[in-house]
Amino acid sequence: MRVPILKLHNYLLVSIQIELDDQTAMQFQEDLLSKIHETGATGVVIDLTSVEVVDSFIAKVFGDVVSMAGLMGAKVVFTGIQPAVSMTLIELGIYLKEVPTALDLEQGIIKLRQELEEK
Amino acid sequence: MKETVSSVVIKKEWDIVGARQAGRQLSQELGFGSVDQARIATAISELARNIYLYAKEGEITFEELYDLPKVGLKIIAKDKGPGINDLSAVMEDGYSTSGGLGAGLPGVKRLMDEFDLVSDEEGTKVTTIKWARP
Repeated sequence: MRVPILKLHNYLLVSIQIELDDQTAMQFQEDLLSKIHETGATGVVIDLTSVEVVDSFIAKVFGDVVSMAGLMGAKVVFTGIQPAVSMTLIELGIYLKEVPTALDLEQGIIKLRQELEEK
Repeated sequence: MKETVSSVVIKKEWDIVGARQAGRQLSQELGFGSVDQARIATAISELARNIYLYAKEGEITFEELYDLPKVGLKIIAKDKGPGINDLSAVMEDGYSTSGGLGAGLPGVKRLMDEFDLVSDEEGTKVTTIKWARP
C-alpha cells in the first residue's frame, strides 16, 4: 500500500487516508523525498484529517520527514490533525515542536506561501 | 461481573496495526468516546511495537470489564522476551534503546487509567486498564 503524492504547481499535496503501519510510513517518507527531488517542489502539505491514530513511531517518521525535506530545501506543513490525535500525542509526551502545522489544507497552503515568500 | 476475553498474536509488523484496530473496535463497542478510543488504540500500538521490537513475539489480550455501572477495557501485553533490565529507566520519559522517541511505557501509563509492569528473564507483562466515562 502506498500513499499517493500529488503535484500542484510547486507544491506537493498528500492526504493520508490509509491505516499507516511502520512499513507504509517508511515507504511514504522515501517516496515523498524522491518526489521532492524529481519535481523540485518547494512546499509540501500533508493532510491528516482521516488519520485516527498517531503513535510514537509514526510521529517520529513525521518529524523526520520535516527535517529531511528541509535539508532538500522544501518546507512541510501538516494539516487537519484531529482533536483526539492532538490530545493523545501530548499525553503520550510527543510535542512535535519542530513540525509546522495548520488547521486545514487551505490554511496549510496559506502558511506555506507566507513562509516561502519571506525568504 | 461478566468478562469477555479476546487476543491478538504479535509476530509480524502488521500485527501492530491489527492489534490497535481490534482494540479500537472493541473500545467503540464498549461505548468509549472518540478521544478514549484514540488513547486506547495508541496505547495498544505502543505495547504491540515493544513486543515486536524487543521480544519478536507475544500476545495482546483484551478483557471487557463490567464492574457495573463502570465499564472498562483491560489490555494485557505479554511476551517471553529477554525482559527489561532497568525497570525504573524504562518508565522515564525519553528513555529508549531502539532509537525511538522514548514515549512508550510512560506514555501508555498517562493514556490509560491503571498500569502495571512486571518483567524478568522469563518475559514481560504489561497490564493496563481504561474505564469508560459514563
